[in-house]
Amino acid sequence: MAIITYRDALNEALAEEMERDPDVFLMGEEVAVYQGAYKVSRGLLERFGERRVVDTPITELGFGGLGVGAAMVGLRPVIEFMTFNFALLAIDQIVNSAAKMLYMSGGQIRMPLVFRGPGGAALQLGAQHSQAFESWFAHIPGLKVVTPATPADAKGLLKSSIRDNNPVIFLEGEMLYNMKGEVPDGEHLVPLGIADVRRTGNDVTIISHSKTVGLALKAAEKLNAELGIDAEVIDLRTIRPLDIDTLTASVRKTNRCVIVEEGWNFCGVGAQIVDDLQRVVFDHLDAPILRVTGADVPMPYNKQLEKASKPNPDKIIAAVKQVTYSN
Amino acid sequence: MTKPNENVLDSARSDEYSGWLRKMIVIRRFEEAAGEAYSIGHIGGFCHLYVGQEAVAVGSIGALKEDDVIMCSYREHGHALARGVSARAVMAELFGKVTGCSGGKGGSMHMFDSAKGMLGGHGIVAGQIPLATGAAFAFKYKEVDNVAVAYFGEAAVNNGAFHESLNMAALWNLPIVFICENNRYGMGTALERSHAVWNIHERSCSYNMKSQIADGMDVLDMNRVMTMAVERARNDGIPTLVEARTYRFMGHSMSDPIHGHYRSREEVEAHKKKDPLITFADQLIEAGFLTEDNVKEMEASVAEEISDALTFAEESDMPDPAALFTDVYAD
Repeated sequence: MAIITYRDALNEALAEEMERDPDVFLMGEEVAVYQGAYKVSRGLLERFGERRVVDTPITELGFGGLGVGAAMVGLRPVIEFMTFNFALLAIDQIVNSAAKMLYMSGGQIRMPLVFRGPGGAALQLGAQHSQAFESWFAHIPGLKVVTPATPADAKGLLKSSIRDNNPVIFLEGEMLYNMKGEVPDGEHLVPLGIADVRRTGNDVTIISHSKTVGLALKAAEKLNAELGIDAEVIDLRTIRPLDIDTLTASVRKTNRCVIVEEGWNFCGVGAQIVDDLQRVVFDHLDAPILRVTGADVPMPYNKQLEKASKPNPDKIIAAVKQVTYSN
Repeated sequence: MTKPNENVLDSARSDEYSGWLRKMIVIRRFEEAAGEAYSIGHIGGFCHLYVGQEAVAVGSIGALKEDDVIMCSYREHGHALARGVSARAVMAELFGKVTGCSGGKGGSMHMFDSAKGMLGGHGIVAGQIPLATGAAFAFKYKEVDNVAVAYFGEAAVNNGAFHESLNMAALWNLPIVFICENNRYGMGTALERSHAVWNIHERSCSYNMKSQIADGMDVLDMNRVMTMAVERARNDGIPTLVEARTYRFMGHSMSDPIHGHYRSREEVEAHKKKDPLITFADQLIEAGFLTEDNVKEMEASVAEEISDALTFAEESDMPDPAALFTDVYAD
């Protein structure tokens, strides 16, 4: 198994799928000559040429819709948004065109299309560049939403997303691009819709995805070392379709649950999971399910304020203490 | 502008002309029937009729190959019919029936028949323009000689999607024709009240794109201009913005009266004197390609076709309740 970065894992996934299928192409701002704003597409222009690695004008609505139209006639576009904050300019095409085309056409027009790029906050990028939009896209029937937390998942989930016949919103973590991890050699596919139990435990279930998986694992180690609380940490990997079976099985065992996400509280991913869980495991719960989310404010620039707005291990620990009545 | 002698009838094409006239009559009678069916509750939702603009769809689609694709706005019953989708399938779609061209899930604004290159009516103004640009990109990518066509109204040219698409199409030499059906009103807002530049075709200057004006009330002119634009796209990858000057004889939708508050009865009646069906029928009769009796026979056979479509739509089954949850995701 090779140890590579999350960035290079994504790069490998793109290269392998472009090699495998001539209908796959990559399009977006700065993906070609510049080699990608975050260098995810490094070397792809040289390898595949400008026909298949296409720099665009700064015109998200235009090239977002172009991707949808290309998918309508049989290509498999991978459309990169430099960040998902800019995807809002294309949201008409994502929501009104990509997500509904199969349904509106009575099943005639498939939409094998990936919109990918970093989502969520990095460091001190301010209010307009620090947003986690998982719940926006997951709200829409017809879309799939994928959020890898590790290099291995970044590769395996991106390859599966490119092969999927539906529009996939593939949210990478800007702060994860440099993360290193083991990636299996050879063909590595991770199916969409299957969560990963990243740490087994019996006392509480911590549900997380993307960047918050790392926070949850840190919190779990500390909880174990300092309080003897044995937490199970689940990485959702895919927000939609949601692997509710893995979640309910865990909560049936632990009887307590904390859900962590970077996005805002109101109508967030965790809100949906709480709803799904309580219908199934109500009788197994020993405490209300708690959520740790980003603060319900636009992201401030100031370093201290920004830090205070984000989920962190201490906030997760505080929530776990509450649901385990350990205070 | 069009010179009068540019649209002389070619006797070698007389069958094709008769076909166009019949298609325009089909669209007209279809839309009239749809309007009636709407008023008695057989058709729901929004319903935007194409009456008055028939020459645009028929003349332009007449210049396409079978495997070219078109993407339209929500006023697209006529384009579907002109593209060869049957009156039965379009009417059944309006009735929400399973036999409709979109299985009853699309409705008036979302007519699809991928086998016929009818890639949708799209309900968000200008939304179909990037989609058609994407189809054109795919044709160039796949090195096939197909052409994509985007149809949209003049109100769409104030939308960013229009400008972003024209820029990319010109930049990348995509095989596409952008057809602006300038019927002078975006719903109830006149061109002059919403556009800083009144000549739509001039918008192409920003993108160094070719543009042409076509008389959208004249199927011959529409076909002549479109033929040039399609050849340019197909052979040389040069996109064109076509401004088709046309007029709708009905309201914006079924909830809008014919005249409304935004245009006068006199204006509508003046435009009706340039009715593309009558003009073209007269031309064909005058040229000796058809007799008045031929046209009457054509009207009668169209009446039968529309009546058959209505019966078919009425008698067709509703979608199975389980259809609610199918086609959300593909396998």
